[in-house]
Amino acid sequence: MSVTHPTPRPAVAATTPLSRMTALARAELTLLGRTRGALVAALFVPLVMPVSVRSAAEEMDLAGAGLSTGTLVLPAAIGFSLLFAVYSVLVGVFVVRREELVLKRLRTGELRDAEILAGSSLPAVLTGLVQCLLLTAGCVALLDLPAPSAPHLAVLGLLLGFVMCAALAAATASFTRTGESAQATPMPLLLISMIGSGMFWPLELMPDRVASFCELLPLTPVVTLVRGGWTGDLSAYEALGALATAVAWILVAVFAVRRWFRWEPRR
Amino acid sequence: METNGHEHVIEVTDLRRVYGGGFEAVRGISFSVRRGEIFALLGTNGAGKTSTVELLEGLARPAGGRVRVLGHDPYTDRAAVRPRTGVMLQEGGFPSELTVAETARMWSGCVSGARPPAEVLALVGLETKAGTRVKQLSGGQRRRLDLALALLGDPEVLFLDEPSTGLDAEGRRATWELVSALRDGGTTVLLTTHYLEEAENLADRLAIMHEGRIATSGTPAEVTAAEPSRISFELPDGYHVGDLPPLGELGVTGHETDGRTVRLRTRELQRTATALLVWAERARVGLHRLDVRSASLEEAFLHIAENVSAEQATGTTTKEYAA
Repeated sequence: MSVTHPTPRPAVAATTPLSRMTALARAELTLLGRTRGALVAALFVPLVMPVSVRSAAEEMDLAGAGLSTGTLVLPAAIGFSLLFAVYSVLVGVFVVRREELVLKRLRTGELRDAEILAGSSLPAVLTGLVQCLLLTAGCVALLDLPAPSAPHLAVLGLLLGFVMCAALAAATASFTRTGESAQATPMPLLLISMIGSGMFWPLELMPDRVASFCELLPLTPVVTLVRGGWTGDLSAYEALGALATAVAWILVAVFAVRRWFRWEPRR
Repeated sequence: METNGHEHVIEVTDLRRVYGGGFEAVRGISFSVRRGEIFALLGTNGAGKTSTVELLEGLARPAGGRVRVLGHDPYTDRAAVRPRTGVMLQEGGFPSELTVAETARMWSGCVSGARPPAEVLALVGLETKAGTRVKQLSGGQRRRLDLALALLGDPEVLFLDEPSTGLDAEGRRATWELVSALRDGGTTVLLTTHYLEEAENLADRLAIMHEGRIATSGTPAEVTAAEPSRISFELPDGYHVGDLPPLGELGVTGHETDGRTVRLRTRELQRTATALLVWAERARVGLHRLDVRSASLEEAFLHIAENVSAEQATGTTTKEYAA
């Protein structure tokens, strides 16, 4: 005698966080390629700005601070890439996707909230990564930059920079209502980082009190770690301080996103 | 529970939703939906349909009450519920610069056991639009894309928020056929609509919402049966309602007058209509704009809306008779 069972649903291939984020990132990469304004800003600003840092370098007494043109320009170039190719691009991505109700739609599916933000961030982060590698190669070739003395510090600084810029972009998007205002809301961080985070003006050349304030700015630990990775002048104490500052900013950004990030437009 | 044919797939108990400004959009509603059933939430704009569906979809946390979808809380137990549900929001939610095929591919990567994207696009008649950017689609085509993506994972429960808004008559009929076929295949469907015809055609059971509450619910036949039939006409000059035969004897349960227009409600349409027409014939009175209609979902719907507006209306007299 046979027993009839209700037909079971066929075993289905379940998605994983990685497969979901990959699918989302692939779509975002396509979209990045089709957003001409963002693409131009993301690709060209970080390649052009380091030239102006180089001309500024000629006015400075770099040797006295243990620096060279190369160790000034490279961390600045990486900073521009993080600010323009990652941070400001992502503020726009998050805000526009929210306005298009894409974020709301994504939240009806299997993607978790963190996966939505991380998956959407990946193409910009990848752009930034490729850019940083190209800029490093360019500085080594054109500015007689030697091999880094402490490459692990430079790598650590870069990774912290990507995570921080993505998290700060989501936090900035929390306070940005429309796609138009997403042109303006990234400006404060862009300006304060370019002035105070050692990109144009190394902290080593600042008055002590100004420098100890500027050390606390979000992008400063990234610039400090990358620069220290090349010069090898960073003590363990200084490296840990930079690490702590970067982690603190990431935590602040994550807190702000959890508290204030909106997944759909205000009506 | 899973083997029980009358298992409740969606259970809602005393559900409330309050928005940031303090507006209470959903004010304590309860209903349940059985497996393999199409359940429609009907209501005017602002009745609270979408606010309710978003709670069932797990997009927001209720201010009070309880929601269970497939036995789980859709908000806190997202991972257990989402692989088994499909959602069509009231409005799009697709990047405008992606093509239809790219959008479907992205979604299929986020859905467990996804069907081939081309298959679901064909199901809604969008196979020829695969290379078209979403921004170039018409409103109706966008609705169909949304439906296709909701079906990607062969969901057990389907939430459709105004699935046919923006569709032309043909597209609407095609959507109805598709949704009926899904129900026949065992899918449970919860949809919202403000098209009465849609609810009448599709729904096994429905609830009419008004100002955040469920005003009435049941099968379309039950909801309609609770409503009286209506007769309306204009009396000629010189005649008054008092000239009609005693209304209670005609089986009339209530009437309204508005200028010359008289509206009667009855549960015995044939008896009331016959008596009225016989009276008119004998009195040689012409009843202009005579309209006789049995109860329909539309009557039920309008009745619910009227109950509120009648309270504020002036110049209309309403009289109810004891049944």
